[in-house]
Amino acid sequence: MSDSIDINGAAAGLFEPRITAFVCNWCTYTGADLAGTSRLHMASNVRIIRLPCTGRIDPLFIIKAFERGADGVIVSGCHPADCHYTSGNYHARRRFAVFHDIMEFIGVDPRRMTFSWVSASEGAKWRDVVNEAVTNVRALGPFAAYRALAPEGAGRAAPAGPSAAAVPASAGAKAEAS
Amino acid sequence: MNELRELARTLLTDGTVRVIIGWEDARRGARPAFVTDPADADRLIFDTRCVHNLVTYLDPRRDNVAELGKIGLVVKGCDAKAIAGLLREAQLNRDDVVLIGVRCGGVLEENELPAAVPLTPENVAPRCYGCDNREPALVDHLLGEAQPEPPRPVTTIDERVAALDAKPLEERWAFWTEQFGKCVRCYACRQVCPLCVCERCVAEKTRPQWIEASAHPRGNMSWNITRALHLAGRCVDCGECERFCPVGIPLSLMNRKLQQIVGERYGYTVSDDPENAAPIGDYRLDDKQEFIK
Repeated sequence: MSDSIDINGAAAGLFEPRITAFVCNWCTYTGADLAGTSRLHMASNVRIIRLPCTGRIDPLFIIKAFERGADGVIVSGCHPADCHYTSGNYHARRRFAVFHDIMEFIGVDPRRMTFSWVSASEGAKWRDVVNEAVTNVRALGPFAAYRALAPEGAGRAAPAGPSAAAVPASAGAKAEAS
Repeated sequence: MNELRELARTLLTDGTVRVIIGWEDARRGARPAFVTDPADADRLIFDTRCVHNLVTYLDPRRDNVAELGKIGLVVKGCDAKAIAGLLREAQLNRDDVVLIGVRCGGVLEENELPAAVPLTPENVAPRCYGCDNREPALVDHLLGEAQPEPPRPVTTIDERVAALDAKPLEERWAFWTEQFGKCVRCYACRQVCPLCVCERCVAEKTRPQWIEASAHPRGNMSWNITRALHLAGRCVDCGECERFCPVGIPLSLMNRKLQQIVGERYGYTVSDDPENAAPIGDYRLDDKQEFIK
């Protein structure tokens, strides 16, 4: 992690987006693992959630990620014809095509949602996908529009999550006061 | 109309069905009618006020309807598409229902009128414009005379969708958050939908709770997106969800947009052919994937 800090933007005062990645166990997770073992430098903004298959990823996962304060999401799995379960990614492709289009219709910037095929051997591609997603979402800024949907009293700031450690201690007190 | 009453009487008398579900005249317009006695067959009507999609009574969860015995159901073209949806998803046995199709030339947007009135661009239900199933094929009996095409409404749903699509993202977001913000989570849209047939809805799951249950903007957004997505490629555009919505969320815009998406991407048009596989749950090796890196 310390490797990647020097390429993220915190030092330069840039917004650090929080990105949730939903990846399949067989291809992208292994690819991301390869990126790590290959010591590729990449942005550290992505939290990976490993699932059996892209076919297991319900669009509700993405909605839930946004609800819980994600600024962007990545959905990634095996390339077509490579699915461990033969057809899970084909089903996912249709589901996410429809989801992508309807979210855009509702007014969610599609650049907040990255969909990719990353195989187990494509550590470098994973790095590129992550860095591009972070660059895109950083340019868009925090997903304040979604956070503004939170009910009164539920805390409009993003709930203390994995990145809480990254913010100064005073920020926690501020969030409590608001 | 006499044809319909005559057929209903015959089916009830000879025991083919135990109940005919159709429409009847009431003080405030047409309403669904359950006719079990042949003598009551004269209550049945069909005119431009018969907007209800009665297929919702075939929902396998409605065991109180099933208890009535074999059903004869009066269906318009759009309703027949919902029947096809239930058959496609194995929620209905074709032999368990007698379908009485009526030729339909469109219905009114507002059905609470003491008498039927002819359709005009101002009063027609916008969804009827461009209907491709005015003579349902998936029926046991087809009644009525050939009907003219419904008039073009003042503003079509496609035009409203296009107008919304032409707006910038922020305005679309503002539009939908305002609309969904009105939602009171009564789930009338779900209850009336002939194709919302899950035994247990994801909106009622609490461990974990995927969709926040109280009526605040965040839970409403989640619910409304989910409702629409679960009907992608399944919605028959009967318009009941929007008609039932007590706060007037324009659900037909969401539904129409989804029809356009599956139409453009997968060449799918919802029909009353149960063999016509729905696009979600099906796939082609060469499906468009321009949004995937």
